[in-house]
Amino acid sequence: MTRTRILRLKINGHEREVAAEPNAILLDVLREGLGLTGTKRGCDMGTCGCCNVLLDGRPVNSCLVLAWDCEDREITTIEGLLPEDPGALHPLQEAWAETGGSQCGFCSPGFIVTAEALLREDPEPTETRVREALSGNLCRCTGYKKIVEAVLKAARSGRGVEVGS
Amino acid sequence: MTHPHDIPNQPRRLLGKRIPLVDAKRKATGQAVYTDDIRLPGTLVGKILRSPHPHAKILSIDTGKAEALPGVHAVLTGREAPARFGVLPVSQDETALAVDKVRFIGDNVAAVAAEDEATALEALGLIEVEYEPLRAFLDMEQSLEPVPEELRLHTKTVGGTNIHKEVSQEFGEVDRAFEEAAWKKTRDFRFIGVTHAFTEPMCTLAWFDADDRLTIWSATQVPHYLHRALSKVLEMPMHRIRVVRPCVGGGFGGKSDPFPHEMVAALLSRKCRRPVKILFDREEVFYSNHGRHPSKIRFGLAVGKDGTIRALDIDALIDGGAWGSFGVVTTYYNGVLANGPYRVDNFRYHGRRVYTNKPPCGAMRGHGAVNTRFAYEVLLDEAAHDLGLDPAEFRLRNALPPNTKTVNEFRITTSGIRECIERAVEASEWKRKKGNLPFGEGIGIAGGFYISGSALPIHWDDIPQSTVHLKVDLDGGVTIHSMAAEIGQGSDTMLAQIVAEVLGLDIGFCRVRTHDTDTAPIDLGSYSSRVTFMAGNAARQAAENLRARLLRAAADLTGYPVEVFVLREGEAVNVTRPEIRVPYLEAVRRAMKECGALQATGSYRSPPMGGKFKGAAAGLSPTYSFQAFVAQLKVDLETGKPRVLDVWAAHDCGRALNPLAVEGQIEGSVHMGLGQVLSEAFLYNGGNVLNPNLCDYRTLSPTETPRIHPILVETNDPEGPFGAKECGEGPLLPVLPAVANALYDAIGVRFYELPITADRVFRALERQRKRRAVKDLAAR
Ligand code: FES
Ligand code: FES
Repeated sequence: MTRTRILRLKINGHEREVAAEPNAILLDVLREGLGLTGTKRGCDMGTCGCCNVLLDGRPVNSCLVLAWDCEDREITTIEGLLPEDPGALHPLQEAWAETGGSQCGFCSPGFIVTAEALLREDPEPTETRVREALSGNLCRCTGYKKIVEAVLKAARSGRGVEVGS
Repeated sequence: MTHPHDIPNQPRRLLGKRIPLVDAKRKATGQAVYTDDIRLPGTLVGKILRSPHPHAKILSIDTGKAEALPGVHAVLTGREAPARFGVLPVSQDETALAVDKVRFIGDNVAAVAAEDEATALEALGLIEVEYEPLRAFLDMEQSLEPVPEELRLHTKTVGGTNIHKEVSQEFGEVDRAFEEAAWKKTRDFRFIGVTHAFTEPMCTLAWFDADDRLTIWSATQVPHYLHRALSKVLEMPMHRIRVVRPCVGGGFGGKSDPFPHEMVAALLSRKCRRPVKILFDREEVFYSNHGRHPSKIRFGLAVGKDGTIRALDIDALIDGGAWGSFGVVTTYYNGVLANGPYRVDNFRYHGRRVYTNKPPCGAMRGHGAVNTRFAYEVLLDEAAHDLGLDPAEFRLRNALPPNTKTVNEFRITTSGIRECIERAVEASEWKRKKGNLPFGEGIGIAGGFYISGSALPIHWDDIPQSTVHLKVDLDGGVTIHSMAAEIGQGSDTMLAQIVAEVLGLDIGFCRVRTHDTDTAPIDLGSYSSRVTFMAGNAARQAAENLRARLLRAAADLTGYPVEVFVLREGEAVNVTRPEIRVPYLEAVRRAMKECGALQATGSYRSPPMGGKFKGAAAGLSPTYSFQAFVAQLKVDLETGKPRVLDVWAAHDCGRALNPLAVEGQIEGSVHMGLGQVLSEAFLYNGGNVLNPNLCDYRTLSPTETPRIHPILVETNDPEGPFGAKECGEGPLLPVLPAVANALYDAIGVRFYELPITADRVFRALERQRKRRAVKDLAAR
């Protein structure tokens, strides 16, 4: 299509170029265009949070964001949380694995990037704050208890790793 | 501490420990691969045209224009693959696409495979279908009427109606027990449908390749049933079909049937010889449904002067929607699973499942037992209240003991109901709180009972229900082959834990391969809470067979008799002379001398059990789980909104092989049960689903979910693997009635219909206020 444009996106600290139509949705561009399949598609309408990514450090439903609006902005996906150090995990990912934050795991990437945004803003959140910050994400497996525990545990473990850029 | 199931002389390393799931890191990093994450070269997009009518004859389908559209590679209609399938051999009533008629809005009419989504959608729009609408059956009562053949949803129905299945059972002397009872009540309960709402929409990818073989990757709980159904519908032998199960984003019963879209993807791929992927949008997930049956249950309870349950008299009318699915089983379960966790000597059940022109219902966590359980436990609470008994005490008095038989001949081995009640009561401070909380706050208790796998497989044949193969090669790693589907419940971890425990190895030695029918032996899959019990037993047996070979090798290498060796900490150790030891890898090499890579097999089949009457097999299980929950809540008296604060969830899981995973199952079950009692409702307007999305179909969010306190009760089942029984479904059952009973404690109102939303509570409070005002006036 003639209106397709090459977008320059800054994803997980790297510049990436991708062709996108004006109505292209960020989630589609990430998953289909760039092969970043860690970000999940649960509803396509902003209700589940499985597709959450960070846009300039704030969590957004990537299924509701136009890719064209993301130029010159920092996008962080679940893949971008992995520390440089090969084999190491981000404290949230570590805590998630240890406390049983994932069962089927389909919601995990969305929860984890959302929790990351919270911990960047408030490194020592209360349980209530954690639940509020995660209230746009749905999990059908865990009853949220171990998810909340994982966030609190990651917060306690201190956040050694800077990510995203 | 020693344990009845410990391996002699071998320290316990893994069982009973909090082990992170073996795939936890992959899931936390986004590296876990789900079906929609798989990319194959040349993959086409498959889309399904859906019916706009709840019930209509298909007069004609014209696909010419769609086929001519550039970018379209295949168009499919129902007549091309009319073979019927269905999960139960007795209800083969589904086809890949509708053949002569459509049965609900959203029913599958035709399908296309195209280069991209836009082309596929455009092609759907070009398919011309001529319908002749028929009378739609949307209420269960309408389906009870005898109707002419063309108005029946399926050819096999009861007495010319749209009743799919009718069952009756009676044991003891129910009428007499009711006559003689000191307390009796019969009430009508109504339950709206609810659905699984897993986060991963259905997705399937089929590739009919140049070798003339079909490989299908699908989000399924039961690869084996899918395998069978594909073979039937495609009219191809099973060995030419390979089913692969990638990571599954939640199932809860909703991915346990073989589905039309799976048949469709395979058929489309066979037509155009390209990989075809069908990914549902959320709305389509709702049309696919297979969720919990809406039901109307009339429940009669009789109690003796001494506070013992004398009789149950249950009549259930359940709404099956358009297809059979697991419905025959559901029809039985709605009655028979009321035979625990309390002793009942007189039992009568009449159940009917009807077809209606709505998306099909099927199995959902707590399959068939949830709604009846609600009715039962609410009535028990009423009885206790009327008889002046403490509801917890009353339940204890009726607790089903271990090593007994129920009146319908369920074989009870272990029963932890007593301990569940006692521990939930203690942890919740029940005695201090019950009856003493201020108006608007309340506490309630309820019990539960569930199967640990169905003792009789749905295909009545002689093969084991679970088989596990192990392979060890020079590298020493143990590959575990099984078709038990990991769907997030942690079954891969369970298998690895058991095998590593028996072999005295670190869990990292185990590689679990449970996703490919080409390499894994048959397992009946992840439903009916069967996997830990059945696949776990098979894994244990396989590992023991492998261990025997390794111990033999150690004996051969050292000249000591095989009996003195055990495997511990990566070595074969002579227990009489602990300095004599053979490293694991050396034992492996020695054992390989005769045959190359080591292989071992284990399997499980339920022992014979049960009565001889009609329907005796329904609900039979090698063992049962028990649970008792206490819920505490607070009602906002201004708005009526009930807020559940705490749930103490005591569950008898036999033995917690992995407490972390067991807690996870309990917490998830509590969450799902709370959704059904407080907010979830599958709504219709006519035959239209009103709320096919996760905004209007309300599952509880992180802020709405209470504190959940799992309490693990361990009864060490003699036949369970290392004592274990199920924990994935039973813990859903007591949540709903515990909340309703707590609401009664809080505001003195009983609710007989779900969900108990704020507006219902508000109206009840209003009525109460008015009544009080009238009384006050009269008293003046
Ligand atoms: S897929 Fe974006 S919120 Fe569900
Ligand atoms: S772990 Fe399955 S949805 Fe959250």
